[in-house]
Amino acid sequence: MATYQLTVNNKRVEVAADPATPLLWVLREDAKLTGTKYGCGIGACGACTVHLDGVATRSCLVPVSMVGDRPVVTIEAIEGDPVGRAVQDAWIAHDVVQCGYCQSGQIMTAVALLKHNRRPTDANIEESMGANICRCGAYARIREAIKSATQRIG
Amino acid sequence: MRNGPAGLCFILAVSLMAWTPASGASSQSRRSRADGLAAWRQVYSVLTHPRCINCHTASNYPQQGDDRRRHRFNVVRGPEGKGVPGLNCATCHQTANADSVGVPGGANWHLAPLSMAWQDRNDRILSSAAVCRALTDRKKNHNLDGPGLLKHHEDEALVRWGFEPGLRNDGAARTPPPLTYAEFVEATRRWVEAGTPCP
Repeated sequence: MATYQLTVNNKRVEVAADPATPLLWVLREDAKLTGTKYGCGIGACGACTVHLDGVATRSCLVPVSMVGDRPVVTIEAIEGDPVGRAVQDAWIAHDVVQCGYCQSGQIMTAVALLKHNRRPTDANIEESMGANICRCGAYARIREAIKSATQRIG
Repeated sequence: MRNGPAGLCFILAVSLMAWTPASGASSQSRRSRADGLAAWRQVYSVLTHPRCINCHTASNYPQQGDDRRRHRFNVVRGPEGKGVPGLNCATCHQTANADSVGVPGGANWHLAPLSMAWQDRNDRILSSAAVCRALTDRKKNHNLDGPGLLKHHEDEALVRWGFEPGLRNDGAARTPPPLTYAEFVEATRRWVEAGTPCP
């Protein structure tokens, strides 16, 4: 066990954990931020996506010992970002969510896309979102919501 | 991508400093073309190993595994060889191997530029002569001369990663290239000292 000082959603969080513990479990079990979901545990589904120093990151694959001083942002704080707010509003307007399990990861990836590309094409959306799996098959609504969010961002 | 202009200038400057007439020219004169070609064959055996060529692809995506299959998860090259926003290399790959979860990592994880592809569009490994020509073409290799190539092999974090590739997610060790890192650098040195001859 070791002690780690993390910055999560602009707050300092101290956790005692095995160095190999994935960031996902530190967020869920220690920080009690359960919006980030466990899906596959191998980075294949995207349900665990958070932003690590601004990069959409699979938290199930990052040992807590490798986080360092990079700030972590989770779904719980993404509404504080104008792009995050726009994406969440678009998600609601387009009634994207069905079961919802994958949606925090979908939104975190969509925000990362739109922060770098305010006018994504269909191909851009497919490339960026293609590794976020939705078992309900809400892909068409996800795409429309992302396009709608671009209008909200301006 | 791999190096900005400033980084390239720095590499070039350091390379030229290392390539002094006293050491370089005399070494070069000691190496025959045959010696150089023998060393190149060793270098080529490493460059075309899956640990290296999986990121020196001619495709729009990296490869993975000893069978050089397409990278999982629909990963694509992206404009700078680092994936695309939302699905960057850094989405999964950290700055070091994460053996507990089986994800390889190293500093600035990225694909080599297409000019340094060592396979054709049909996924066939290029010949020794073709790889050698590409590697020594300064229009394709970020303007690296022989000493610059040697330094790249000595210092580039992702080159070094190839020799310490960590564990797969089943806990087994990834297959390393056929030479040790020290042997690879030494083979590169002998090839460079012979004037980077190509078959």
